[in-house]
Amino acid sequence: MTDASRGGPAHNAGKTRRQAYEDQLKKRSLLIAGASTVIAVLAIVILVPMAPGWEKVERSFFNWSVFQRTFPGLLEAFLQNVMIFAWSAPLIAVLGLAIALMRDARSPVLFPLRIFGAAYTDIFRGLPVILTVYLIGFGIPGLGLPRPWNSPYIWGTVALVLTYSAYVAEIFRGGIDSVHASQRSAAQSLGLNDRDTMRYVILPQAIRRVIPAQMNMLIALQKDVALLSFIGPVEIFRQAGVYKSLLANFTPYVGAALIFLAVTIPATRYADYLMARQARERS
Amino acid sequence: MAKLELRNVIKEFGETRVCDGISLDVEAGEMVCLIGASGAGKSTLLRCINLLEPIEDGEIFLDGEDISVPGLNPEPVRRRIGMVFQSYNLFPHMTAAENVMLAPRRVRGLSVSALLPEVTALFERFGLADRMDNYPDQLSGGQQQRVAIIRSLAMRPEVMLFDEITSALDPQLVGEVLDVLRALKGDGMTMILATHEMGFAREAADKVCFLKNGKVLEEGVPGELFDAPRQPETQEFLARALK
Repeated sequence: MTDASRGGPAHNAGKTRRQAYEDQLKKRSLLIAGASTVIAVLAIVILVPMAPGWEKVERSFFNWSVFQRTFPGLLEAFLQNVMIFAWSAPLIAVLGLAIALMRDARSPVLFPLRIFGAAYTDIFRGLPVILTVYLIGFGIPGLGLPRPWNSPYIWGTVALVLTYSAYVAEIFRGGIDSVHASQRSAAQSLGLNDRDTMRYVILPQAIRRVIPAQMNMLIALQKDVALLSFIGPVEIFRQAGVYKSLLANFTPYVGAALIFLAVTIPATRYADYLMARQARERS
Repeated sequence: MAKLELRNVIKEFGETRVCDGISLDVEAGEMVCLIGASGAGKSTLLRCINLLEPIEDGEIFLDGEDISVPGLNPEPVRRRIGMVFQSYNLFPHMTAAENVMLAPRRVRGLSVSALLPEVTALFERFGLADRMDNYPDQLSGGQQQRVAIIRSLAMRPEVMLFDEITSALDPQLVGEVLDVLRALKGDGMTMILATHEMGFAREAADKVCFLKNGKVLEEGVPGELFDAPRQPETQEFLARALK
């Protein structure tokens, strides 16, 4: 036997025996996956239109001319969502972090803050978002505040900020707790006070760890902006409703769904990527 | 007057008494090694001296001043007593140089530019001049531990505590860390080490204390304690440790 024939990387087009075997497996599973996908898609395309109500559904949900007419208007209304999202997200981050730090406060002077932090997260995590939106969005403008402070646009957003910062605070707190106690010991042994220990040692590590989880909260927030439609602001969901009433057709809702997905799917993928990368770094 | 004086120090975790009336004098410039099995109370004693753990009873004097008074602000004391840990405890999100400069900047109130010559000199002295901008996970265990020692030294402590600082290291990396300790002894640093390195304790220590169940069972100069231990427990421990 020569050296080359003994299974070294030299033979079989530069592949080792194991590589050749794995390539074969890969080819096989690709074929099976392709075939089963084609069958599944065919089944849907052929079977669904055979349902008795399909023509009606097609007319009222997948109406191309309605889609064309309403889509630009929907996109414009979506700007409203983006605006609400863009100014509530930073507020949520700041308020969430503040609440998390309140709950971590150790000094007895800060006891009221700790109680407040705990009560805050209990209340706003315990209420359905839509209820908070109703109570604050209708309740506070009902106090008879002067313009523009009676706008449901403002108070609806405040409701979202309150609810989401409660969740975000809990995620930050989990991140703070996940930093090992020995890091705090090391900082203290150097003579750093509690504030500097938190600011320079604990928080930077905690925040890095919770970024993927917070990305998920951003995605959820982006969708929940649609809840404000119930109290007034004409954002995309509300606009779709207006078109629906106008044209007696549900297609605008499908258009709105597509716009949401166009934003949330890439964002979700990115969050997944961040999480996977973090899992790799820790292993 | 001793640099550091422990009088009847008692520390409990719940029902367990971890330090059971420990008394110890450490003179300025002395190196004291604490030996004994895991759980004997060596690490806890060091954490108590650095006020990371409050003690139940007894006193700890630094330059004759009682630093164990309940309610005393621990931060000024910790600035004077450096501590190095078994698992290095470097801050993973900072470079080696940033690790070292954080406390002098925040506590001593110095600027980076004012600190840089002093810090660079420390890195050079311990053979890490080319590692200042590396993150901890880019350094070997021995290098990380040397950075941790530099980080403590940058606060210019009067006493240094070392908590089994070579226990997490691969055997071939232990030597470079022990060399640092020899250099510090040469500088006249007052040091207390909890250690399993019997050879090093015998060679470098001025005094060795054998701890068991939270008590100092025997103390003496290394020659006496290692070659002619009086207590049967010490004999038994050394027989196992030196085998």
